[in-house]
Amino acid sequence: MSNNETLTSKDFASDQDVRWCPGCGDYSILKQMQTVLPSMGIARENLVFISGIGCSSRFPYYMNSYGMHSIHGRAPSVATGLKLANPDLSVWIVTGDGDALSIGGNQLIHLLRRNLNVNILLFNNEIYGLTKGQYSPTSEIGKQTKSSPLGSIDHPFNPIALALGAEATFVARTMDRDPVRLREVLQQAHEHKGTSLVEIYQNCNVFNDGAFEKYTDKKQRDSTSLFLEQGKPIVFDGGKKGLRLNGLQPQVVELANGYSENDLWIHDSQDATKAHLLSRLFSDADPRPFGVLYQTERSCYEEALTEQMDTSLKTKGTGDMNALIKGKNSWTVS
Amino acid sequence: MAQATVLQKVIIHFAGDSGDGIQLAGSQFTTTTALQGNDLRTFPDFPAEIRAPIGTIAGVSGFQIHFGSIAVDTPGSEPDVLVAMNAAAFSKNFGNLKKGGILIVNESGFDKRNLKLAKLPEDENPLEQIAEGDYKVFNINISQLNRDAVKELTLSTKEKDQSKNLFVLGFVYWLYSRDLAPTLDFLKDKFKAKPVILEANQKALKAGYHYGETIEASERFVVEKADLPAGDYRNIVGNESLSLGLMAAAQKANLELFFAGYPITPASDILHFLARQKNFGVKTFQAEDEISAVTAAIGASFGGALAVTASSGPGIALKGEAMGLAVMLEIPMVIVNVQRGGPSTGLPTKTEQADLFQALYGRNGEAPIPVLAPATPSDCFDTAVEACRLAVERMTPVILLSDGYLANGSEPWKFPKMEDLPAMAAPFATDNGTYLAYARDKNLTRKWAIPGTPGKEHRVGGLEKEAQTGNVSYNPENHEKMVHTRAQKVALMANTYAPLKILQGAASGKVLVLGWGSTYGAIKVAVRWAIEGGLSVSQVHIKHLFPLDTNLGEILAQFETIIVPELNNGQLVKVLNQEFKGRIVGLNKIQGLPFKAKEILEEIEKHV
Ligand code: SF4
Repeated sequence: MSNNETLTSKDFASDQDVRWCPGCGDYSILKQMQTVLPSMGIARENLVFISGIGCSSRFPYYMNSYGMHSIHGRAPSVATGLKLANPDLSVWIVTGDGDALSIGGNQLIHLLRRNLNVNILLFNNEIYGLTKGQYSPTSEIGKQTKSSPLGSIDHPFNPIALALGAEATFVARTMDRDPVRLREVLQQAHEHKGTSLVEIYQNCNVFNDGAFEKYTDKKQRDSTSLFLEQGKPIVFDGGKKGLRLNGLQPQVVELANGYSENDLWIHDSQDATKAHLLSRLFSDADPRPFGVLYQTERSCYEEALTEQMDTSLKTKGTGDMNALIKGKNSWTVS
Repeated sequence: MAQATVLQKVIIHFAGDSGDGIQLAGSQFTTTTALQGNDLRTFPDFPAEIRAPIGTIAGVSGFQIHFGSIAVDTPGSEPDVLVAMNAAAFSKNFGNLKKGGILIVNESGFDKRNLKLAKLPEDENPLEQIAEGDYKVFNINISQLNRDAVKELTLSTKEKDQSKNLFVLGFVYWLYSRDLAPTLDFLKDKFKAKPVILEANQKALKAGYHYGETIEASERFVVEKADLPAGDYRNIVGNESLSLGLMAAAQKANLELFFAGYPITPASDILHFLARQKNFGVKTFQAEDEISAVTAAIGASFGGALAVTASSGPGIALKGEAMGLAVMLEIPMVIVNVQRGGPSTGLPTKTEQADLFQALYGRNGEAPIPVLAPATPSDCFDTAVEACRLAVERMTPVILLSDGYLANGSEPWKFPKMEDLPAMAAPFATDNGTYLAYARDKNLTRKWAIPGTPGKEHRVGGLEKEAQTGNVSYNPENHEKMVHTRAQKVALMANTYAPLKILQGAASGKVLVLGWGSTYGAIKVAVRWAIEGGLSVSQVHIKHLFPLDTNLGEILAQFETIIVPELNNGQLVKVLNQEFKGRIVGLNKIQGLPFKAKEILEEIEKHV
């Protein structure tokens, strides 16, 4: 079936039983993906999910599309090869914090700088789930796990800052427990031409329950989360607080306290400098930004390759294999 | 002028500093000689460093050519002619020069400084130690004569000196009655944009040639055309021939060629060559690392391309996990290993055959992958075509084991026409029924459904597959069955091979010399000498290292002793001893250098 108008979210669910732990945040992400797909207008045969290894990487098995559950950390490279072989496909990489930021760190950063037109869903649960609970490259310092009984001494990555440093052209952060905004971000990632990195805070209720509660809990989230909207002043805490730029320093201000919305930082996802400053709001004391932090246009690798191939074809003509085999210096023995 | 002496074959070794343009002189001599109709083999000897300190032995670059009017099968061992541009080049190679041979040296490369750099005593010129009559020495002030030849051109001294390789090439052309035209044509093309440099090179080449005429007293040589079978020929280097084979196979299979690689010696030339072929629809991808290269190839193969990755031993080690994934996915791809000396970084610019075990066994789990090896530079083409055929038709990764000696060596190639190559077709899933990703045909091959094909959506991955559906399965019986099925599928490929034949000697006898890969030429010569000497010796050479030829056992059974020469510590010989009965002995050399035919002959003589 290739006519998408008649597809519903159910058409994107495969016949395989979903095997994540009950209550895992992965369920929500799967559901939002399946929900938003019919509106994206991608023919099912042109949709491909590529994953690495880890809990999140089981994702392709549950999608009724093409898919590959590849090896640990290498989904970005598999996706690169696939996209180069067939640039018309809609390619989605599903990965986790261990997969993308630890074993596959090199693959991730090089995909981002090449900017192939693919999407990355980075499920960040700040733990190794499938191997039963070791600290991950996004776990906080001091985290006690089986492999860090006295607390982790590894400084954690800031995935958003890493992506910006790797010259990503679309960087967003969202949460499994915020389905509406998650769907919006997925849609925006799909519409972006170039590599879209979507970091999704995902609760691992078995090994790291509540890691993001601060941002997901209804009571706390207003004062801890900045929900960015393009062109709008950055406010939070029910409009009581806002963010302003004091020189190059982001500063939280009380709106009642002598500041008005006119003083606030207007979110502009096209501004690389501001995106960088937003990415540095990463300590527990800072409010955490969600939404599209950065987005820019840059040539995609596969387009540049196609262009070189077209130019070469135009200037040299279609290659003649017999002539190439013969070479420039041949002779005949009779 | 002295009468030209007719020779049947000649070995010339060009040597100089790595900045002296030795490889260019060697490859030009090769092209010219090929066009003059001689049979030939060449082998370059690069230093490991790009620009090792000037004038040192570590910085010596060499190029050896063996050419003749009779069959030539190896680049030869002891040269008849040594061209040494400096003391280091002399010191490194003089010991090899045949007694009575010709020594051409650049006089100014033997000053105090050069002697010191070559670690020779500073106040005695080694050339003066050579006893009169032992060698024919041409001690020429090449640097000065070359500068004189280009003196009126507006070039710096450094630029002027850069054509001295052409001066000496011109002189060797005169000595061996070579035609200047092919090199003059080459220079015109190469220096189109730099007319002054072009003129300098042309003048230098001609000046060297005329210098030969001027010192009339010297003897001159002629090597007549070789009696090669009728056909169209060109000279070819192994890595280029391999690349052409991949391209030809992709066209035959009607697939797009996708090549992913990470720079590594001595495999990079494959990437370089293919990167230039965009108007043939070849897509190349220089990956960020070896793992990315192989997994990008897997992605491209999943997407319907004929995917290839190439590397050398250390890179193949990194690709191991992904190769296991390719086994699990059962998708067509070719993994090329241009072997070099190992382990670890080993000897990057030297040749070895020590990655056979890695190819056969170097993966986790039961992961059978067919392994093929070419025998000569031109055979790299046929072997690449054969590797692609097996990969595409049987939906499997295939390993092609080349080596540094084949990659950089050259020989005349009676090249085929595309029409003469075997047809090959991928087993695409074309029927309208339900697609079962792991349903198999009689050859146990599954069908290929690529993304973009409506109605055939499916998921693959590294987890064990359920037979037929390809769904994830942890069922114990299913796993055992799948392991056996994958092994059986690869075993069945042996039924498609052309039958293995005895290449020289009788079908039975005392000794059979069995080789694989680049040892072919040396074995061929050694066996020929042995047969000429009346010994009961035969030769067989295997291309398929896994699965082995079905008639190999029968062939081996006809001989009392099987000698297996290998450039490793005995790898194929272990495999054969495990598979077959009989007296199977190894002959091993692990010096980063190819066999000399006489080393193999000596071993043969021990066993007859
Ligand atoms: S271990 Fe954690 S991340 Fe993995 S499935 Fe269970 S809850 Fe989800």
